[in-house]
Amino acid sequence: MTLDPKVPDGPLAEKWDKHRFQMKLINPANKRKYKIIIVGTGLAGASAGASLAELGYEVESFCYQDSPRRAHSIAAQGGINAAKNYPNDGDSIWRLFYDTVKGGDFRAREANVYRLAQVSNAIIDQCVAQGVPFAREYSGYLDNRSFGGAQVSRTFYARGQTGQQLLLGAYQAFSRQIGLGKVKMYPRTEMLDLVVVDGHAKGIVVRDMVTGQIRTHSADAVVLATGGYGNAFYLSTNAKGCNVTAAYRAYKKGAFFANPCYTQIHPTCIPVSGDYQSKLTLMSESLRNDGRIWVSKKKGDKRPPAQIPEEERDYYLERKYPSFGNLAPRDISSRSAKEVCDEGHGVGESGLGVYLDFADAIKRLGENAIREKYGNLFHMYEKITGENPYQMPMRIYPAVHYTMGGLWVDYNLMSNLPGLFVAGEANFSDHGANRLGASALMQGLADGYFVLPYTIGDYLSKVKPGSAKTDMPEFQDAKEEIVAKTKRLLGVKGKKTVDEFHRELGHVLWGYCGMARDEEGLKKALVRIPEIREEFWKNVCVLGSNEELNQSLEKAGRVADFLEFGELLCLDALERRESCGGHFRVEHQTEEGEAKRDDRKFCHVAAWEYKGPNASPERHKEELKYENVTLATRSYK
Amino acid sequence: MNLTLKVWRQKHKEDQGLMVTYEAKDINSHMSFLEMLDVVNEDLIKKGEEPIAFDHDCREGICGACSLMINGVPHGSEKGITACQLHMRHFKDGDVIYIEPWRARAFPVIKDLIVDRSAFDRIIQSGGFVSATTGGVPDANAIPIAKPDSDSAMDAAACIGCGACVAACPNASAMLFVGAKVSQLALLPQGKIEREQRVLNMVRTMDEENFGNCTNHFECEAACPKEISVQYIAQMNREYLRAAAKQ
Repeated sequence: MTLDPKVPDGPLAEKWDKHRFQMKLINPANKRKYKIIIVGTGLAGASAGASLAELGYEVESFCYQDSPRRAHSIAAQGGINAAKNYPNDGDSIWRLFYDTVKGGDFRAREANVYRLAQVSNAIIDQCVAQGVPFAREYSGYLDNRSFGGAQVSRTFYARGQTGQQLLLGAYQAFSRQIGLGKVKMYPRTEMLDLVVVDGHAKGIVVRDMVTGQIRTHSADAVVLATGGYGNAFYLSTNAKGCNVTAAYRAYKKGAFFANPCYTQIHPTCIPVSGDYQSKLTLMSESLRNDGRIWVSKKKGDKRPPAQIPEEERDYYLERKYPSFGNLAPRDISSRSAKEVCDEGHGVGESGLGVYLDFADAIKRLGENAIREKYGNLFHMYEKITGENPYQMPMRIYPAVHYTMGGLWVDYNLMSNLPGLFVAGEANFSDHGANRLGASALMQGLADGYFVLPYTIGDYLSKVKPGSAKTDMPEFQDAKEEIVAKTKRLLGVKGKKTVDEFHRELGHVLWGYCGMARDEEGLKKALVRIPEIREEFWKNVCVLGSNEELNQSLEKAGRVADFLEFGELLCLDALERRESCGGHFRVEHQTEEGEAKRDDRKFCHVAAWEYKGPNASPERHKEELKYENVTLATRSYK
Repeated sequence: MNLTLKVWRQKHKEDQGLMVTYEAKDINSHMSFLEMLDVVNEDLIKKGEEPIAFDHDCREGICGACSLMINGVPHGSEKGITACQLHMRHFKDGDVIYIEPWRARAFPVIKDLIVDRSAFDRIIQSGGFVSATTGGVPDANAIPIAKPDSDSAMDAAACIGCGACVAACPNASAMLFVGAKVSQLALLPQGKIEREQRVLNMVRTMDEENFGNCTNHFECEAACPKEISVQYIAQMNREYLRAAAKQ
């Protein structure tokens, strides 16, 4: 099985232009004959839905939330990158491309990343045209700030609510199409399976979360924009409802899952405070522009931060990475925090925390300037912890935040299953082994506004519209399978709650497949996860019935999939015997404790093929060819 | 701490519903309000009773899903937060807490504490946008926008669409929600072109969806987790007058 990424030939900078010309078009009058299903209404899903409906396609859209506006893209705080070079500080498409490839530790597909950098500028233009209130200078022009992994200021932002404002822009464009009748929107509806007819994705099985009705929808193409799988770890910065079900179901129907072990642990989150904790809250990376990270040089120092004199503080990022300092990329900053805590320098009651201190910035710029930049983040921190970050440093600790892995897609964002397109965090393509800050928003909107509208047309031009009908046996079989699974979940009538199982899985994954992984631990996890799964199906308690709004049942279905997916995550981590980006294998590190890649053996994408319930999945490779950048050891020193 | 909860339980839309009393035991003051409900729900499941259904998702105050009336106040009595950001340190041992869903004709209860807020989506669909199709727009810096206008637009755009304004209003009016969107887009040059049609369409849909009128109680501003100012209602009224006069 060869995985063909279908990267167009020719010079890097001309690939996308050339490809756009070579793709087939559909006559405007014929576009309305094609129906496209889009699952998920975050940045990728909403922007794709709006753009495709504007082109004239018939769109059906689904989300589990009560409104498309609540997709978790809304929680992104810091910003969105673009190569506008407005600050005149040396940015360019090439530099954004290079920073992203380097930030991803040379594990992303070159041509995809270049295209991402190319369309980045058009995204900002589009958002401004929609009325997104980006931060501005007194001159009236747009303001930029810097973010981790870059030495230029290329990040556009709307206070600490950039994701919200971009999503609302896309949601509004999308709502306009709903109002015009071009998009049929199904909120509170969860996708539970993919329907494949003659090898092509032709529809989905959904459950109406209010009535419990399980039904099928057919289309000419299916787009999954269903986000990442960070909630496999139970505690993450994801919304409670975020799940892997749609992507995992597609995997079980034949779509390959790529690089699941590339998970991003974000360095600046509010530390865990107790067992009851239900989620973790991110403090935007933008805070690292003005905040300085430190711990006490003394182990187990219980003095309050104000009583620790300057010379007894270790600003460890500034010490270790003098040129990037507090703006070192996320994987490196997280691992450094873990190291100092493991050595006993951690702060706070649990010792699992480091200080993020604004005292210097407040002295330099004044409290008002800091309030204007980060006011809502400081407010959020104070509400959660009861501590005032204007007066004492924040306590932060890394937490699971983003997943670079996802369903495998080619240059057209189509999976190996024809007709199945995957966009945003749900695909694997652009961030390699580590995503830089402010790049997720860029990728979600690039996929939805400027890539899918072209590439889907090319696919559709080769298929007959309306060929799939929901009365086909493939649809009926898929539906019956879901009905049976739901009955099974309700029929176990055990003693443990869904959350108890989820928490157990989370502990295993965080312990053995978190910031540092080794063979021994991963093998333990691979024994433990099937045990938890087996117990789940014998002893889970899901009350109520299917024919009603039933939040326990929703959760149970998602956790059942996490319990299978967690194994794939650990297996991928075990097989990738190198360290790269967010994947740190203890056995593979330099003398200074930095990630040590093995380009000879692992400069490839691992794409997993499902082989049935009792068989091991098969690992396929897509070799990564770097024609324009030289593989180098990432250095931020 | 130990608390007594009086919670609205309603099986489905047509069910009459009633307040039910629960004991919340050994609650840690660092918990969020929703984590306290999680603990109560875990206990209920263990006892074989159906857990309390409530909307929630991001649990960091931005998605707008949570919608709890806590002791008669949307999102509880702490200023400028959603229910998910309310922490138990604001309660004390022995407190009795009443938890109800949003109450408004335009927001019918679906189950327990979950209401249907799709009327908000329909208002946006009727005009809460700039009709800029993808592609073909000018450079982002082509039109400078005065910082005060841009900042004011951002203040209005902070709305999370939770519906606390409606729940707090004695008339169940959606004027703050609609006013915030109308004002945000009218303040920006990109939105000015469609300002008249927008305000007329959005106000018409708001009325059709059975929201009440504003009688200047300003309970909406007090309840808004994003502290959006009622000045945007005034601004919407001016926009509306301007548009209606031209018709």
